[in-house]
Amino acid sequence: MNLIELNDVSISHVQGSERNTVVHNVNLTVKAGECFGLVGPSGCGKSTLLWVLAGLNPHWSGSINMLGQPLSAGKVFTGDLRRRVQMVFQDPYASLHPKHRLRRALSEPLRLLGYQDIDDRLSEGFKQVGLAENMIDRYPHQLSGGQRQRVAIIRALLLEPKLLLLDEPTSALDMSVQAEILNLLNDLKAKRDLTMVMVSHDPDVVDYMCDHAVTMKAGRIDQEKFYS
Amino acid sequence: MTNDLSLIHIENLKIGLEDGTELVKGIDFSMGRERVALVGESGSGKSLTARSLMGLLPDSLSVQADHFELLGEAVLPYNQRQWNQLRGKQVAMVLQDPKYALNPTQNIGRQVAEPLVLHQSLSKKVRIEKVEHMLDAVGLPNPAQLRKMYPHQLSGGMGQRVMLAMALINDPQFLIADEPTSALDHAVRDQVLELISSLVEERNMGLLLISHDLQQVADYCERVLVMYQGQLIDLLAASELSNASHPYTKTLWSCRPNIEKRGESLPILDRKQIASLTEGVAR
Repeated sequence: MNLIELNDVSISHVQGSERNTVVHNVNLTVKAGECFGLVGPSGCGKSTLLWVLAGLNPHWSGSINMLGQPLSAGKVFTGDLRRRVQMVFQDPYASLHPKHRLRRALSEPLRLLGYQDIDDRLSEGFKQVGLAENMIDRYPHQLSGGQRQRVAIIRALLLEPKLLLLDEPTSALDMSVQAEILNLLNDLKAKRDLTMVMVSHDPDVVDYMCDHAVTMKAGRIDQEKFYS
Repeated sequence: MTNDLSLIHIENLKIGLEDGTELVKGIDFSMGRERVALVGESGSGKSLTARSLMGLLPDSLSVQADHFELLGEAVLPYNQRQWNQLRGKQVAMVLQDPKYALNPTQNIGRQVAEPLVLHQSLSKKVRIEKVEHMLDAVGLPNPAQLRKMYPHQLSGGMGQRVMLAMALINDPQFLIADEPTSALDHAVRDQVLELISSLVEERNMGLLLISHDLQQVADYCERVLVMYQGQLIDLLAASELSNASHPYTKTLWSCRPNIEKRGESLPILDRKQIASLTEGVAR
């Protein structure tokens, strides 16, 4: 089953009245259960593409089909899609609210969706990523970079997504911590029925993690690669 | 390169907070005109050690050492004026991120010329010549035009080359590069490291290269110092890295993912085991 299908997609950034097209005519399919990699130098449009898949940039044209549901350009995500697609950002220092304890930051989406057993789910999440449960009442600045990235992964996984988008999840981290996070992602992928789309500028990380990858260059797909 | 270990000689260096917490717990090392990598995780004290060599630590940190010699001088009691004479002339430093380390309001030519203004008295014409020559030496195209550009007009790799030009323009004896490639794209990293390494060799300088990526720096250095939680836990030649005996060095060496490791989990640190090993080293 194809989880994501892109047909002739172009993406622009809109600033005031100006429209700057940065991704041109991309065709892609991502299968369910796959780890899909997007590689390329900075400025090639890989993050822009990921932001569209996360529903954060509505300025695109072409056709996109996600999780069996066609998207319409110019509109934000609706319904189930908002929960089933989750994202982990590059910089763990910037992606958690500095003035909220982890418990508050993590339980907000669960409360909003009316879950009852929030505390159980949180402690289950902490166990899954290998963090001590007593860290839940800490502030983000009391954690190391690797711990914060784990919390960002818990946050994304709490809503039981089908699709996990990862925007350079390890490039702000030390090499030894990167190994821990990559192992964690591989474990989670094996345990849950998870599809991942991963953006990276490090070809080694993509070679190690992904089943299917494309290299982007100046807003276009340059090479496609399947790992067996 | 000669190996007389004369550039830096440090014994029992301790850097601590005012409340007595030790961040660097007594390390010894010496180096001469050679390329040495200082490797460790964030928080291991590698940047503090490097900054102490430049006299750049904040006043709230206390530095103690039995011996602290730079270029044969005991520099620990130096005041700011004495440090200013040393920094940028004999010892230079390249920082991590050119986006933050360059002054956004001054053009490149002026920033690269600043060390010349501070340490030598040259005419403006000679200064401009030297700046253009230096920009050319670090592999930047069109120096005459580039001189008038501002940092925001440059890419990360070019910015890092400009910083290198600033550091080397006074022909220092010793260069400290503090994670010079962490903010750069993967493709540009090797180019910048290659450039630093070849310029240092050409000028017969000493280089202390700080990094958290052991595999990447190993090709550009002769010796490697490994730090963990404020202690120097391993010291070996770069050629010996593949058969390192210390478990921490081993993990750092092998934790980089690549295509051959697909399907297996990457080696990670057994922090308890390392803690028990380092207790034996601590004094």
